[in-house]
Amino acid sequence: MGSITLQKVSKVFGEAKVIPSIDLEINDGEFVVFVGPSGCGKSTLLRLIAGLEDVSDGQILIDGKDVTQAAPAERGLAMVFQSYALYPHMSVRNNIAFPLKMAKMEKSAIDKKVTDAARVLNLTDYLERRPSQLSGGQRQRVAIGRAIVREPSAFLFDEPLSNLDAALRGTMRLEISDLHHQLKTTMVYVTHDQVEAMTMADKIVVLNRGNIEQVGSPLELYKSPRNLFVAGFIGSPHMNFVDGAYAQSKSAKTAGIRPEHLILSKDSGLWTGTVKVAEHLGADTFLHLDVDGIGQVTARAGGEFGAQYGDRVYLTPDEAKLHRFDDKGIALRA
Amino acid sequence: MATQNTKTLARLMMAPSVLLLLVWMIVPLAMTLWFSFQNYNLLDPSNVSFTGLFNYQFFYTDPAFFQSIWNTLVIVGGVLLITVIGGIAIALLLDQPIFGQGIVRILIISPFFVMPPVAALVWKNMIMNPSYGVFADISRFFGLRPIDWFAQYPLFSIVIIVAWQWLPFATLILLTALQSLDGEQKEAAEMDGANFFNRFVYLVLPHLARSITVVILIQTIFLLGVYAEILVTTNGGPGYASTNLAFLIYRTALLGYDVGGASAGGIIAVVLANIVAFFLMRAVGKNLDR
Repeated sequence: MGSITLQKVSKVFGEAKVIPSIDLEINDGEFVVFVGPSGCGKSTLLRLIAGLEDVSDGQILIDGKDVTQAAPAERGLAMVFQSYALYPHMSVRNNIAFPLKMAKMEKSAIDKKVTDAARVLNLTDYLERRPSQLSGGQRQRVAIGRAIVREPSAFLFDEPLSNLDAALRGTMRLEISDLHHQLKTTMVYVTHDQVEAMTMADKIVVLNRGNIEQVGSPLELYKSPRNLFVAGFIGSPHMNFVDGAYAQSKSAKTAGIRPEHLILSKDSGLWTGTVKVAEHLGADTFLHLDVDGIGQVTARAGGEFGAQYGDRVYLTPDEAKLHRFDDKGIALRA
Repeated sequence: MATQNTKTLARLMMAPSVLLLLVWMIVPLAMTLWFSFQNYNLLDPSNVSFTGLFNYQFFYTDPAFFQSIWNTLVIVGGVLLITVIGGIAIALLLDQPIFGQGIVRILIISPFFVMPPVAALVWKNMIMNPSYGVFADISRFFGLRPIDWFAQYPLFSIVIIVAWQWLPFATLILLTALQSLDGEQKEAAEMDGANFFNRFVYLVLPHLARSITVVILIQTIFLLGVYAEILVTTNGGPGYASTNLAFLIYRTALLGYDVGGASAGGIIAVVLANIVAFFLMRAVGKNLDR
């Protein structure tokens, strides 16, 4: 129970068409990530689903029922906000219990649910504290707890990890993924971080200027991006785009090759480049090169590949992993 | 102010102003205390003598004494009730996005800039006057008999006038507090199924608690000494019906020329203010922590 369907949904703020028209199908139990650069409309789209913004045109269906005009609380969804939006004057217990209290549930039933949620989220020792006495990760878990107890048909996450430090973000990513496997509830997750999208999603929706650029599993998007935007957005570091003679020789306007698909050598290769910056991460080395006749190129080498500023190296693109795009930026399939 | 040096320096620099404030406060208080034990009447200023507690006994046995204390508390309580509840209501309305928001806000705040005697005179002559006041016109329009406000409900009229003056203050403070409420919290509550009433009780009111406390404390300080509004409207009457402690002291000092008796009244007023402050801090002071 928790499929969401958007039919020709659009959103207009005054003159600005934030979302021109979107059709999207989110299946029950799926972990869907909306990803895109800031200002692409991903948060707006989530808020439209939540009911916190009015739809300008189109329909939103949850479990086949039209909820376009329904109030947020009537949609049976729970949302985790970027700022967590905990109620500062209530204890953790009361924060988690709040939606149940609003639903006029019995006191004993509320207590049981809150205790269960606290156990799942490791919050049992903190139930009597105020949000201001908790760390960022704990607040995040309280916000999730408040969402869980309602047993919603779907969870909505609005950039929930962006206020955490890098290490905690990694941990919370695992916890949310784990939670999804336990609860098997639909989750819709908004982020600008493509690493979060790649690691957590069953299905990624890439958005750009209010339009869906591509929908697919993480590996699908990685292996066969539909256009230049998706190709450039998914993958870290970004894909290299090569115009000109080399692309024409592959009968394309633009050729795309990922840093990890460039074969590096110190002796011979198709292209020659000068190392500008070498980032030694241990397991990998990222080389930012100035390649003769092509320009800036990023390449990934093994951690053992010794290279320094000013070194000359040779590189050859792996033809099998090459992406080709026409003059409209659409991918050409062989 | 981290090092010992800067601490000492800061104390030295602050010392003159602290000293000045102390003198400013201590001298009048000491003089009042001194006069309250003296038989000192301006009609006979050459004959000043020590009378012990006579002035206090005199003031205490004044038939207006207990009524004036009661009236003082009614004015403070009544005005606080009206301004806090009214202030929250108006602040909630002003928090909505409306056309001409800036002008509406200035209009709402403007009564605060009218001086108390002027405001009271406007109310007395233009609004509450039984023959040509606005309220009288309204009563007549409905075929009712106009109310002579200052004769029939003198204390209540004073409360209304003072509340009108302080409502903008409460509104302003509560509005700024309301605007600092996190929008995502409101949305979260909305998603949690809280309707407007529940959002107000569980989210807005606790958020406003601290500002309401500030409003109550600051207003109480000023409301204990309401005087101008009484002087220009009812002049304390009819009888003692609208005489509060401050006005009783004024009567004793400047109409009875009794400096000693008025000083004793002043000391009693200080004690009363401290009792009120004590209970007030116990009731709402904890909202200021954190």
